[in-house]
Amino acid sequence: MSEHLLEVRDLKQHFPISTGWFQKTPLKAVDGVSFTIDKGETLGLVGESGCGKTTVGRTILHLYKPTAGEVIYNGTQITPANIGKFRRDMQIVFQDPYSSLNPRMTVSDIIGEPLDVHKLYSSKKERDEKIAHLLNLVGLNSDHARRYAHEFSGGQRQRIGIARALAVEPKFIVCDEPVSALDVSIQAQIINTFEDLQKKLGIAYLFIAHDLLVVQHISHRIAVMYLGRIVEIGESSEIIANPMHPYTQSLISAIPIPDPDTARVKKRIPLEGDVPSPLKMPSGCPFRPRCRYATDICAKECPSLKEAAPGHQIACHNPHF
Amino acid sequence: MSQPLLQVKDLCTSFDVESGEVRAVNGISFNLDKGKVLGIVGESGSGKSVTAYSIMRILVEPGRIKSGQILFNGEDIVKYSKLQMRQFRGKRVSIIFQDPMTSLNPTYTIGNQLREAILLHTDRTKEQANARALEMLQLVGVNDPQKRLNQYPHELSGGMRQRVMIAMALACEPDILIADEPTTALDVTIQAQILELMKDLQKKLGMAIIMITHDLGVIADMCDEIIVMYAGRICERGTADEIFYNPCHEYTKGLLRSIPKLDSKNERLIPIEGSPVDLTCMPAGCAFAARCDKAMKICLKQLPQEYWINDEHLASCWMNVKKVYDEAAKGGEA
Repeated sequence: MSEHLLEVRDLKQHFPISTGWFQKTPLKAVDGVSFTIDKGETLGLVGESGCGKTTVGRTILHLYKPTAGEVIYNGTQITPANIGKFRRDMQIVFQDPYSSLNPRMTVSDIIGEPLDVHKLYSSKKERDEKIAHLLNLVGLNSDHARRYAHEFSGGQRQRIGIARALAVEPKFIVCDEPVSALDVSIQAQIINTFEDLQKKLGIAYLFIAHDLLVVQHISHRIAVMYLGRIVEIGESSEIIANPMHPYTQSLISAIPIPDPDTARVKKRIPLEGDVPSPLKMPSGCPFRPRCRYATDICAKECPSLKEAAPGHQIACHNPHF
Repeated sequence: MSQPLLQVKDLCTSFDVESGEVRAVNGISFNLDKGKVLGIVGESGSGKSVTAYSIMRILVEPGRIKSGQILFNGEDIVKYSKLQMRQFRGKRVSIIFQDPMTSLNPTYTIGNQLREAILLHTDRTKEQANARALEMLQLVGVNDPQKRLNQYPHELSGGMRQRVMIAMALACEPDILIADEPTTALDVTIQAQILELMKDLQKKLGMAIIMITHDLGVIADMCDEIIVMYAGRICERGTADEIFYNPCHEYTKGLLRSIPKLDSKNERLIPIEGSPVDLTCMPAGCAFAARCDKAMKICLKQLPQEYWINDEHLASCWMNVKKVYDEAAKGGEA
């Protein structure tokens, strides 16, 4: 089973939260997540805010030390001790292009820093060439290298962030809501850039976003998260056409479709109430209090991911097809 | 009933900053009829929110309404005094903001804030105001409303806070509700709840809504009429069907092309190249010309005039004029 580029097994990330004097309660941000990503594949990770999507991305990169579980990259288990060796292969692009670039550094410093850290050049000239190449790769001009981040628009800044991630020639990039801060017309530019880079360089993405229209467009497979767990995972067209988990069904029916005729006839499956606090998780299935199909067993046992159709797994006691 | 409820005529709003005058809204005109939902869509910086703030007259310094009229039932509110405006806001036109986290006062209870709006605009007693607040919370679907009245904003979730904002805006039965990106900060499922609620309330109370958003999906779902804005000007105005199925401005066309659609996996997105214009140095011609792949010479030189495509559809794009000439030329040859 070494063909997967990245394998995540039962990953857990609990943050201790003080809930009173000398009292700590674990906040289970990620609670047993498993999936695989192949070379050159995009896995979309969707879910509402607070469901732990970002934490999954960061824990894979060991930006947080995982509470439990394994991250296996190319057959080797990643530990805090050896993560340094893998930093070159795994990068991240952040959501906010305004706060993820240092305002005191020029673009060539920002993109050059990973090159410096990993000593990826032999002469100053080579460094400059590499930076110019990276800028061209993401659709920026090489003259931009001497400017500062504030001189660019949001879309251009996100391109700088992507160029920085690409500097070390990674095999895998965590894209943490890379387009949600951008305008629609710019969003499309950046999505195309991601797709082109994947075709050219064979990079695998974990694409985290809450916008399902964007995720289904860019991803080969989609994983849906709810309160720290994956509730459904499968081929992206399959998830959109045949969602089986009641949560995914509601989520997909809630997408606002930019088409008035469809909007008029569309039936929504409304979800009552709000997401429960992860500090006070309901017993059994975390989705139970909002679920239309909940039965007695849902309160007792938390369902695990089971294969419902080839390549399509769901975690539900009463799946509805 | 020929007079529209709200008429905006050639409104210009500018911000005087160090680097010059930023023409955030640059001569826009539109009408809003009673009980209709009007959507304003555009990118950030296109002037959608400034339009709303101008109607409410809540522009922050150094913003000012430079010229133009805003007629509410035929009366120009640009000429209103501060006191008149205070009576106008909330009672006639209400606004809900994008971020429900920051637009509620964290130091007062929900009940207190709701009551304040009611006491200010109606002559209800405190008890009656309390009852009204409770009724409003029930109307917007807040569970356990009696308990919520005594809670502070931080005790509620984002969706609940937005519901409270809507309750507050509707407490005095305004004729127009302006919703400035009301669901942008919310999750999809909560967004769906809030949009359903707004549609419901609109039917029940019969108010007009101005819906400001950058999300074309939300617009398609809610609006009767749509205004597309770019760089402070209206590119195109028309019924929802006209805008979505017969777009006549290159910017609208580009916008519609650049959003991913369901089951369009293998199709490549067609983005609008370039970035939005700098509002401090606007070009002489069409503001979109620099990013438009069909731009002609005239687009760079001269501002396109408004052109009626049909009775319910208006676009400011030279392409429409060209089309007429082309057809006339063809007719001449034949």
